Amino acid sequence: MDWDFFVQQLVNGLTLGSVYALIALGYTMVYGILKLLNFAHGEVYMMGAFAGFGVLSLFGGAAGVTINVVLLIGLMLAVAMLGAGLLGVAIERFAYRPLRNAPRIAPLISALGVSFFLQSSALILFGADFRSYETYEYIDLATGIHWGPLNISVVRIAVILTAVAMMLGLTLLVARTRLGKAMRATSFDREAAAMQGIDVDRVIVATFFIGSALAGAAGVMVGLVFYKVYHLMGFLAGLKGFTAAVVGGIGSIPGAMLGGLLIGLSEAFITGYVSSTFQDVFVFSILIALLLVRPSGLLGKADIQKV
Amino acid sequence: MSEVEGTPEGPKIGADEWVARSEERTGRRGGPFAPLVARAEQLPWWVLLVAAVGVSALLPFVSSSEYVIRVAVNTVLFALLALGLNVVVGWAGLLDLGFVAFYGFGAYLYALLSSSQFDLHFPALLSVSIVIVSSALLGLLLGLPSRRLVGDYLAIVTLFFAQIYVVLATNADRITFPWNDGPTDISGGPNGITDIDPISILGYEFGSIRSYLWLSLGVFAVVVVALQFINHSRTGRAWRALREDSLAAEMMSMPVNRLKLLAFVFGAATAGLTGTIFASVQLGVFPQNFDLPLLITVYAMVILGGAGSIPGVVIGAITINVSLELLREPSNARFLFYVAIGLGLVTLVRPWRRLAAILVGLVVFGIVAYQLTEWLRPAWVSGTIEGGRFASVLDGWVIHPVNSVHLGNAGFVLLIVALLALTEVRGIWRSILLVPTLYLAAFVWENRLVVEPSVTRILLLGALLVVLMSWRPQGLLGSSRVEIV
Repeated sequence: MDWDFFVQQLVNGLTLGSVYALIALGYTMVYGILKLLNFAHGEVYMMGAFAGFGVLSLFGGAAGVTINVVLLIGLMLAVAMLGAGLLGVAIERFAYRPLRNAPRIAPLISALGVSFFLQSSALILFGADFRSYETYEYIDLATGIHWGPLNISVVRIAVILTAVAMMLGLTLLVARTRLGKAMRATSFDREAAAMQGIDVDRVIVATFFIGSALAGAAGVMVGLVFYKVYHLMGFLAGLKGFTAAVVGGIGSIPGAMLGGLLIGLSEAFITGYVSSTFQDVFVFSILIALLLVRPSGLLGKADIQKV
Repeated sequence: MSEVEGTPEGPKIGADEWVARSEERTGRRGGPFAPLVARAEQLPWWVLLVAAVGVSALLPFVSSSEYVIRVAVNTVLFALLALGLNVVVGWAGLLDLGFVAFYGFGAYLYALLSSSQFDLHFPALLSVSIVIVSSALLGLLLGLPSRRLVGDYLAIVTLFFAQIYVVLATNADRITFPWNDGPTDISGGPNGITDIDPISILGYEFGSIRSYLWLSLGVFAVVVVALQFINHSRTGRAWRALREDSLAAEMMSMPVNRLKLLAFVFGAATAGLTGTIFASVQLGVFPQNFDLPLLITVYAMVILGGAGSIPGVVIGAITINVSLELLREPSNARFLFYVAIGLGLVTLVRPWRRLAAILVGLVVFGIVAYQLTEWLRPAWVSGTIEGGRFASVLDGWVIHPVNSVHLGNAGFVLLIVALLALTEVRGIWRSILLVPTLYLAAFVWENRLVVEPSVTRILLLGALLVVLMSWRPQGLLGSSRVEIV
């Protein structure tokens, strides 16, 4: 057994997994509250990646960064999260809210429209070329942990730690704050929550903002680790983020994190050991198999439908 | 006993006041097409079908341009696709995002069976039958795991399926089988499969494009007749019950799962059949023919025309395919854009005085903005608008910078913000904001959108879906639903 290769895939899987987990959180939070599948979520992630790239270009571009690198990455994350969050709020306001009492299929079609609209807007605004974060220009990738077969660059460590910190923060927010309590109540029963004096619209806006901001952060992280950003990157990442949310049990926040890690790890190992062309086919098979065996996901509760 | 039956005001069983007045609620149709639609609805459906097919079949005698006939064939194919999707989405209410994969599957299977790829040259009728049966089986197979899923899961599973299909079609040119040395080329990879046999039936070979028009119209007529009968059968009514409320349908002891599968199978079979015609018309199939842009195009057709209505989705297919075809060429695209804006203003802005004020304001605003820019930044107006009937009219009104990309992009973002703001303001402010927004739209159109038609079409289709869903979810010809609480 080639340990170097195995550890390499493990690290890859953890990085990918934390990114998928961040995307999955947005899906799962929105689904938990609105019972709505936000197809445009992958596109929000893509826009976040472009926002980070914009900040990078603003401060001299990859080859000639003019400010402190830590500050730069902090700014990229902040701008991407804010931009993506506002984008998510706008999508909710203009594409989903008018349809809140419409038949189930209407917001899904609207979401499909938003997704394609954002994708082609990105194509108009940024062109079809790949953009690259070129992280190696301003961060020495040789620094990091080197311990036997274990080689992790500092960027990956930072990405994984940031993702974990964000997930912890979200868990605390949902468990400990007033807003979190309101979110849990709204997710449990929207009408009952409204009757208790919870401003449901505000909770929904906050949910969209937080979920989209996490997706924006994920976009910047992918750019930092894998360099390439382009207008189609949101589609597959969104699908896998959704798969992660379903695997973990949609509506469950720890489930989304677990699901993201599982999907990231299995994708990395399948790419490494089985096939690098058809890894998406395998991820898809995982989804199908799981839906057949346990439709409510690993950590989800079985849904009892009341009439 | 007889007293109750005889009294005219006695309640009829199963028909209370709410039901009796349901015609009133759904019957009122707004919009510019209302009188036309009302007239057409009184005709029997087969008269409309014969008229539509007959008129279209005469097209080759009116126009000898091969391009026009090719567009007509494409339109018929799109109408067939829209009809197939209408079964799944419009009647059964299932969001099937893998629909185009069945279309691609049909086209590829036909290509494999009737081309030099494996040197199989099956007779067309045999290949087409095999394709229809296997598309239906594939639909059944995809439906099996999906049937226990509610709308959203189904959507994502089918979307994944569509994606997998494209991946397979693109990469299945180097498959290694254990019993074979070296990789086998199945799908031709990104280069697709070319050199497909034309369809021939009973010795008559469909060679020319006009014969394909007649063939596809014939298939279209057969499909419409079949769907019309299904729609009015037990199954059709059960589908609609399922769409409105699947739980209630199940309570009425309808076999919900079997009905869902049946809808899937019908949609898949129609798509597969359409795929065979597509493959033989184009004489080649390529993976990118069946990617996501096609999906949103077909969805826009079904939603625009009115999901659930056969004439609706056909009209949707015609409208959208012809519009997209016009978008390809800048001067036609420009014509389409200004006509659409004009029509929108005429139908939406109510008192005509306000409409006149907006139009005058728009012209004045443009001239002032142009002169102002020329005075401040001469470089911004130095570009010229090229080609087409309207170019000379627009020169001097629309600002056209030499480096139009950056300013156009900024205008694009600003335009989206302005359009969203427009939905928020009311009364006189809306009319005032409308003038600069329209000018900005013209600016963005001339500088960015008209030069990138392939992106613009997807952009517009996406926007169309969002707008239709919140403004008129029943489309042009669909009847509005009454929400039962």
